[in-house]
Amino acid sequence: MINTESKLEKLLKQGEFVVTAEIGPPKHASAGTIRRHAEMLKDHIDASNITDCQTAVVRLSSIAAAAHIKPTGIDPIAQMTCRDRNRIAIQSDLLGAYSLGVRNVLCLSGDHQKFGNHPTAKNVYDVDSIQLVHLVRRMRDEKQFFSGEAIKEHEPRFFVGAVANPFADPFEYRVVRLEKKINAGAEFIQTQCIYDMERFERFMEMVRARGLHERAYILAGVTPLKSWRAAHYLQTQVSGMVVPDEIVERLKKAEDPKAEGINICIEQIKHLKTIPGVAGVHIMAIAWEEVVPQIVERAGLYPRPAVRE
Amino acid sequence: MIVAENKPLAEIAELIKDYNKVLFLGCGGCVTVCLSGGEKETEIMATALRLKRKLEGQPLETLTYTLTRQCDPEYVASIENLVGQAEAVVSLACGVGVQYLAEHYPDKWVIPAANTKHIGGSIVHGVWEERCGLCGECILHKTGGICPVIRCSKSILNGPCGGSQDGHCEIDKNVPCAWQLIYDRLKTLNRLDLLTELQPPKDWSKARDGGPRKVVREDVMIG
Repeated sequence: MINTESKLEKLLKQGEFVVTAEIGPPKHASAGTIRRHAEMLKDHIDASNITDCQTAVVRLSSIAAAAHIKPTGIDPIAQMTCRDRNRIAIQSDLLGAYSLGVRNVLCLSGDHQKFGNHPTAKNVYDVDSIQLVHLVRRMRDEKQFFSGEAIKEHEPRFFVGAVANPFADPFEYRVVRLEKKINAGAEFIQTQCIYDMERFERFMEMVRARGLHERAYILAGVTPLKSWRAAHYLQTQVSGMVVPDEIVERLKKAEDPKAEGINICIEQIKHLKTIPGVAGVHIMAIAWEEVVPQIVERAGLYPRPAVRE
Repeated sequence: MIVAENKPLAEIAELIKDYNKVLFLGCGGCVTVCLSGGEKETEIMATALRLKRKLEGQPLETLTYTLTRQCDPEYVASIENLVGQAEAVVSLACGVGVQYLAEHYPDKWVIPAANTKHIGGSIVHGVWEERCGLCGECILHKTGGICPVIRCSKSILNGPCGGSQDGHCEIDKNVPCAWQLIYDRLKTLNRLDLLTELQPPKDWSKARDGGPRKVVREDVMIG
């Protein structure tokens, strides 16, 4: 059964291996760059995440950005963090997003403001990511505001996503928490970027053992690396990331590290496609959106399928 | 002091229903002063629950003790024997005491008997009011000794907002407007000039927004 007008939902439900990518809004008030990125990606991806002040840096709003790119034909996935809004603002923004044509929402906690450009800000976390998943589903399925008050008409009908990080600790609990998110109502899951394939395989084994891949669509996250320094940074400075030494070494030895980073990413996608239970890939080419079409083509994922009527 | 209030007895009874021998542990610190978790309250709680369980046909054996302070590892460590005799420990201390017990006795189930309410004091006997928001960077010198962070319902730093009327806050006629209090006091002290200065956004990283906090005093550390 199709519950929403989301293109992503329709493609997943017709059994396609989907491709999503990330577009990061700018630190200014012009939509020029994101429109350009959307034009560049529109034929190569099925839906695009629009990040919500990622790493707690102030950027053009994810919902406004989603509305800006929608005319290109891209199905936007508005990311919604719990860091900056209380339950009143979250719901107001959800209504606004839906009114602007956004049909997918990805619920996440959000990076702590310490990492951003306003480290002295208050954080909110009035609701957490799992509660948010549940409440957004309830707005759609039971036509209720978070408080339980009825939404009398025009309830927002989002296809609801959540994230999972198989590389954070405690490892064994990660799949239990994923199940909790799915129980709360998550319909698709996008993972943290995967470099440690062996660990991700083990994670997926546990996912399959619990039958979670049959209850939600799991999109495996990848991020192409530009240099060994970028790999080393993720390996040592970002918590919840695991980057094997061999990737750092491979980039170090490469004559053209950027080309090698793209090669690695393509190999990863080809591998992920063979893992049972993986329903698609999510390409997070951070500040490197222009390489996405090439990656999609060379990974054998182009052309993208159409929605069957 | 930390002001706490006991959970309803029925709730505590539910939390200990699977245990037949329970240690009720009071605290001689703040909760003794605010009459929620001292020696007297500990004995009353243990007795009441013992009677309740007796009437229900599932007798409860209780042990009672009141530590000088539950927020001090030395005192917490000193009751190993007593803790060992009980299946579970009910702490009448604030949340700090409960956590210190849980940390020190990893195998023991620890149950909070109190809801830790706030940092404040008594205004008349039997009434305790919140006074400090633990923001980590005191501004009371700018506001006439009245804290807007915790006493203003919006924590506004350049108040009062448009909801202040007849000295009351818009949320409730029984809540004084903190900014009315600040205004009155600064007027008395002839320091209304302070209220013309724009107060910048606060550094909330020094409050709990920045994560769990720690005070380190190397000058008093031993070893």
